[in-house]
Amino acid sequence: METTRLIIVAVGGQGNLLSSRVLGEAALLAGVPVRMSEIHGMAQRGGVVESAIVFGDAKSTIISDGEADILVGFEPSETLRALNKCNSDTVTVTNLAPAPPFTVAIGRGVYPDIDRIQSLIREKTRRLIALDATALAREAGNVLAVNMVLLGAMTQTGIIPLTADPIRETIQTKTREAFVETNLKAFDLGFQQAECCLVE
Amino acid sequence: MHKLLTDKPGHKLLLLGNEAIARGAVEAGAAFATTYPGTPSSEISLNLFQISKETDLYFEYSTNEKVALEVAAAAANAGVRTFCMMKHVGLNVAADPLMTLAYVGVTAGMVILTADDPFMFSSQNEQDNRYYGKLSGLPILEPSSVEEAKEMMAEAFALSERLKEPVIFRTTTRINHSTAPVVLGGIQKPKPKGHFTKDPMNYVTVPAVSRKLHARLLERWDQALALAETSPYNFTEGKGKFGVICNGVSFGYVSDAIKDLNADDRIKVLRIGFSHPLPGKLITDFIRDCDKVLIVEEGEPYLEEGVKAFAQEAGLTLPIKGKAKELFSRLYELDPATVRERIARYFGLDYTPRQPVDLGNVPEVPQRPPNLCAGCSHRATYYAVKKAAEGLDTVYPTDIGCYTLGFLPPLSMGDFLICMGSSVSTACGFAQATDQKVIAFIGDSTFFHSGITGLVNAVFNNHNFTLVILDNGTTAMTGHQPHPGVDMTRQNMEGYGRVSIEDVVRGVGVPHITVIQPFKVKKSIEAVREALEYKGVSVIISREICMLYAKGLKELNPRPFYISDKCKNHRDCIQEIACPAFFLEGERVRIDPTACVGCAVCAQICPENAILPLKKEG
Ligand code: SF4
Repeated sequence: METTRLIIVAVGGQGNLLSSRVLGEAALLAGVPVRMSEIHGMAQRGGVVESAIVFGDAKSTIISDGEADILVGFEPSETLRALNKCNSDTVTVTNLAPAPPFTVAIGRGVYPDIDRIQSLIREKTRRLIALDATALAREAGNVLAVNMVLLGAMTQTGIIPLTADPIRETIQTKTREAFVETNLKAFDLGFQQAECCLVE
Repeated sequence: MHKLLTDKPGHKLLLLGNEAIARGAVEAGAAFATTYPGTPSSEISLNLFQISKETDLYFEYSTNEKVALEVAAAAANAGVRTFCMMKHVGLNVAADPLMTLAYVGVTAGMVILTADDPFMFSSQNEQDNRYYGKLSGLPILEPSSVEEAKEMMAEAFALSERLKEPVIFRTTTRINHSTAPVVLGGIQKPKPKGHFTKDPMNYVTVPAVSRKLHARLLERWDQALALAETSPYNFTEGKGKFGVICNGVSFGYVSDAIKDLNADDRIKVLRIGFSHPLPGKLITDFIRDCDKVLIVEEGEPYLEEGVKAFAQEAGLTLPIKGKAKELFSRLYELDPATVRERIARYFGLDYTPRQPVDLGNVPEVPQRPPNLCAGCSHRATYYAVKKAAEGLDTVYPTDIGCYTLGFLPPLSMGDFLICMGSSVSTACGFAQATDQKVIAFIGDSTFFHSGITGLVNAVFNNHNFTLVILDNGTTAMTGHQPHPGVDMTRQNMEGYGRVSIEDVVRGVGVPHITVIQPFKVKKSIEAVREALEYKGVSVIISREICMLYAKGLKELNPRPFYISDKCKNHRDCIQEIACPAFFLEGERVRIDPTACVGCAVCAQICPENAILPLKKEG
């Protein structure tokens, strides 16, 4: 089976690890070979969390610079920071709602302009799907469901070798019962929104 | 029931490497487990701790790795299958018992896991612990994948029993923190109690005994070598005149590279999973009909040195390379693209690497370093000490834990750190060798781990410094594990004792002891000032529960604050304490009410008293 390499970057607390977990379980369910690795630089202390997910026949669990087929960023400046993982053929999905790092507040860095981030990514990669996942999560009933919105959006791209069904089923069985409904709603909203972006 | 106790052989579960390792120990019927938590090994012990509540497994968080290994050594010599796990630098702490335990051996299976951390994702160095195999004479097993980690763990116990020696099980972060589907095996019932048979002439390592035991260890080393020569963990794949020898995660990168390069009819691979003693005959046979050999390993040239020595003995002069400027570095970790490119280049294969996008015009993205949590008591303690020490020429030796992050600006409280416990002993040295005011910081768990001996030294040699013990009631950084000072009833766990830090400090004979509550800012500054004036050893215990731990225990009732109109935009709050709950809205400082827990430290330092509690609605 062809190898598909997915990088997810997020800020600690955004639920990135749950979304990779859901993808992993969904792949297991669908019989798609999967391996992943995660680096959480003290995630609970607000650092960057990066997951690499490799679908298909490969033994490696990490993804080298320039080798991601799809990059998903839960925070726009983090998406930009992870651009080194992309090549000109990479599809990028990003949340547009910024969560500026603390260094900006204490004057040790300037947060990049959101439009600039988008145009840079557009210019350098195959396609950018940009959406306000935070707003969609709120619409689904839980701002913390950003991870589910982005799961929906990345599924819509058709790059990852999984359809919506096994992912929805996994959300149903593997996420906390009290949140299943909002999680599914968030997933669907992300899925639909990304479709609009694809058409554009 | 704990997911790792699922008794369905043949069933597939998606497991983190560390979960797979814990499951491997469960399948092998490990009945006794000890550890001191340390990333990247921490989830192994966390899972075994949970499992121990449901099964006959005995599990303990020991005070440090040396203690963990000694406790385990006794159990394994009482006939109980024992698992002792730690991070790589933990094995330095446990190196003393390790070296002589190798002489003594074990009667039941014992596995010592060392989790190495190439690239230092969460460590102070990236030492390559395969050398502990050479140093101690003990066998080493190294898995290449999550699935293999589980399989190998069960085998490691059997191997240990066969050789009557502990087996070193070496992983790296990319095994511990990778996830893959794993097929479950059957679970052996643990045998939690054994019996110790006296045999002082083999167990009491006085010189006359040890001389005999060392000879026995060498005999066992020979047996281990024979097993390594035929071990299924040392295998070859592919065919051709080019040879690659590799271990651990490198094997995955090598396999993928050969596939991507379409070179499996030209390159053959020898994967070494039983890596000490190195199987010399197997290696010599492998390289004998190669034109050229490349060694792919992270870290030090451990395999490379071995392979070159075997080649020399066999009179083989083919090129053998590994660590070299144009090939592999001893620094950091490997990655698939690097391995692919080096293999192609070394063997002269066609390959066009994928071009990463050009980052030339991408603006610098502001750093996002980890930060102490909003409401972390350490921030308050650092602020109090900083204020109390204003005007003094200070040195701040620090230690390992969340509080290490205090070395970053704007707190900038942390000047020197080498290992667990070093804050106290280096404070002794700085105080003696300089006329600066030395103020050292150590966490509660680290104090128990290895701070106490340094403190005894300070009292005996009458050094002049202040030690601040940051007592937040848990081992926060690695995931809130208990330590000897923790009140276990808070977690609904019975049957534990509790050691008071204050009693220890008093018992050691520290002449000046102060206890502060860091969220009372003014009082704390005054108390610290007083302690700093003392000539001799003074200890400040700063006591306040870890905010995140309290949250987990549902003991936290957040009362967020906000910045009222009285704010004159001095920004003392943001500049001096840098709590991540602050953010800028235009030019105004705001507090994120979902992040603020209401520690009220900023409210106490605001010169305008502009920071006020948010009224609860309704
Ligand atoms: S986990 Fe606890 S000790 Fe660590 S930074 Fe957060 S509040 Fe502080």
